Amino acid sequence: MFTRKETALIALAVVCSLSGTVGAQELPGLGTPVSAAELAELDYTILPDGNGLPAGSGTVAEGEAVFQQHCLACHGEGAAGGINDALTGGQGSLSSDNPLKTVGSFWPHATTIFDYVRRAMPLQSPGILSNDEVYAVTAYLLFQNGIIPADSEVDAESLPQVKMPNREGFIWAYRPK
Amino acid sequence: MVMTASVHDLSGGYMTDIDTEFAAGNGLLHRRLFLQAGLAGTALLAATASGQQREAWSKITGAPMSEAGLPSPHESHIKRLGIRSSKGTTGTGVSFTPLEYLQGMITPSRLHFERHHNGIPAIDPDQHRLVIHGLVERPLAFDIDALGRYPTVSRINFLECAGNSGASLAAEPVQAPCSSIHGLVASSEWGGVPLSVLLQETGLKRGAKWIIADGADSPLMSRSVPLDKAQDDAIVALYQNGERLRPSNGYPMRLFLPGWEGNMSVKWLRSIKVTDQPAMTKDETSKYSDLQKDGTAKLFTYPMGVKSLITSPSPGLNLGDPGTYQISGIAWSGAGRIRRVQVSADGGRTWADAALDEHVLPKNLTRFRSAWRWDGGPAVIMSRAIDAKGTVQPTREKVLADRSSAAFYHYNGIQAWQVAASGEVSNVYA
Repeated sequence: MFTRKETALIALAVVCSLSGTVGAQELPGLGTPVSAAELAELDYTILPDGNGLPAGSGTVAEGEAVFQQHCLACHGEGAAGGINDALTGGQGSLSSDNPLKTVGSFWPHATTIFDYVRRAMPLQSPGILSNDEVYAVTAYLLFQNGIIPADSEVDAESLPQVKMPNREGFIWAYRPK
Repeated sequence: MVMTASVHDLSGGYMTDIDTEFAAGNGLLHRRLFLQAGLAGTALLAATASGQQREAWSKITGAPMSEAGLPSPHESHIKRLGIRSSKGTTGTGVSFTPLEYLQGMITPSRLHFERHHNGIPAIDPDQHRLVIHGLVERPLAFDIDALGRYPTVSRINFLECAGNSGASLAAEPVQAPCSSIHGLVASSEWGGVPLSVLLQETGLKRGAKWIIADGADSPLMSRSVPLDKAQDDAIVALYQNGERLRPSNGYPMRLFLPGWEGNMSVKWLRSIKVTDQPAMTKDETSKYSDLQKDGTAKLFTYPMGVKSLITSPSPGLNLGDPGTYQISGIAWSGAGRIRRVQVSADGGRTWADAALDEHVLPKNLTRFRSAWRWDGGPAVIMSRAIDAKGTVQPTREKVLADRSSAAFYHYNGIQAWQVAASGEVSNVYA
């Protein structure tokens, strides 16, 4: 005997082979439900409007300490570049013969700093920073680029409101239909 | 003009007597030569040995069966080339498909180029799931077994890194093998489940317009993909050339988006979040965008442009004595099928149509061939492709026209090779 799901799967296969299309009613339904707690754990997406930013906060001063410990070796003093990318400088250089693309000169959204650092940094041990530490080092990078003052603190509310210098510098080549 | 010639195939093929008819300047012959059946010559068919005089390998019992095949030890030098990683890293970099040593249109999986952002994760397939969530009616998880029970579809398509051919941006032509310049492209049969089917399973909520795809590598590499592409021809791929994906190509599952820049076909796919807006991830904004001379950057330049290149002759595959040679190469376009490939042997002054191999599939590598009577003098050879939309592969000059010097991606300019009187082949801007 076939289970209900298997029967549905066979029906789908038949439909596919006959028409090359899939009708909604024949779906086999082989996915399993995911709980809100599971989703909270796996969802790393931060949208430019701040959707997805977690609770927590960090100051520029705290961020400097995080940077010295985890980032300095690759990104250099003041995030000006070392064996890996410069994260500061280059503002006003994009239309020159020697453009320098950095967080400060090029990145359109401050939320992307949080999103990327939380996912991927430090390169040798991603995942070790707390949300507070990610907020803090994000604040530090914004300060080093002259975008927020030295006494700033960033959190889920303030980060999406940070206006990046190159915010208007991108032209969409594709618009979803 | 018709005359007789012998064709030399630099990748190790045949010689045969053929009638020749010139189709363009400096010795390019008519493509009819490759459209005629039976060109693969009779001249080299050796007479059957008599008197039991055999080669050594024909006199003894051969090797037994094996559980998985390997290339001949005589071919073991054909491997991915140019492996390099960013400073201070081991797995943040590229390896190149050895294009000039391959034929046909499918790339062997073991030679498919690589581009990783922090190495290849060692995923336990029994613990890996794809979770689809966000603006959906029902967030759902699919493990390998579940996905394997859906009817799979086949996509025979190229996959090209957006940064392929970036070496051609250098002020002076880089002297390197063809594959070191252009080897971030490959073609496979990808097998998997249409993403549209899985999105029907979850249902979509009002406002759904994008998906955010995350990989399970250590940087959780993430790209935003327009929902219309996700529902068009995107698949969650489980198979490559008939076998499970290789770890370096996303085992146990990857997103595959035919014709679009490779970075978006997220490997080791772990989650898809449906949203109303792109996430503006680091890779899609700060990396895979195209800076213009005016300082603005083009964002979301997804399809790979129409492109072709001659893989033989090419640097390292030099010509011998003057005579008739096979020019062979690949052409492709993210917009659809290749309609036509033209070859020039006089630096682009005159062009002849190349013969296309029989399988001209949309968004896939198409093999082309021309026969060329080389007179032994210096020559510049090049190819240009025209796709189904009529778009002609641009010159290098045209590609660079509006670009910033910092723009790196989507280079699809015409590649010229200089053939010296000695037969040596080198990279040249022409």
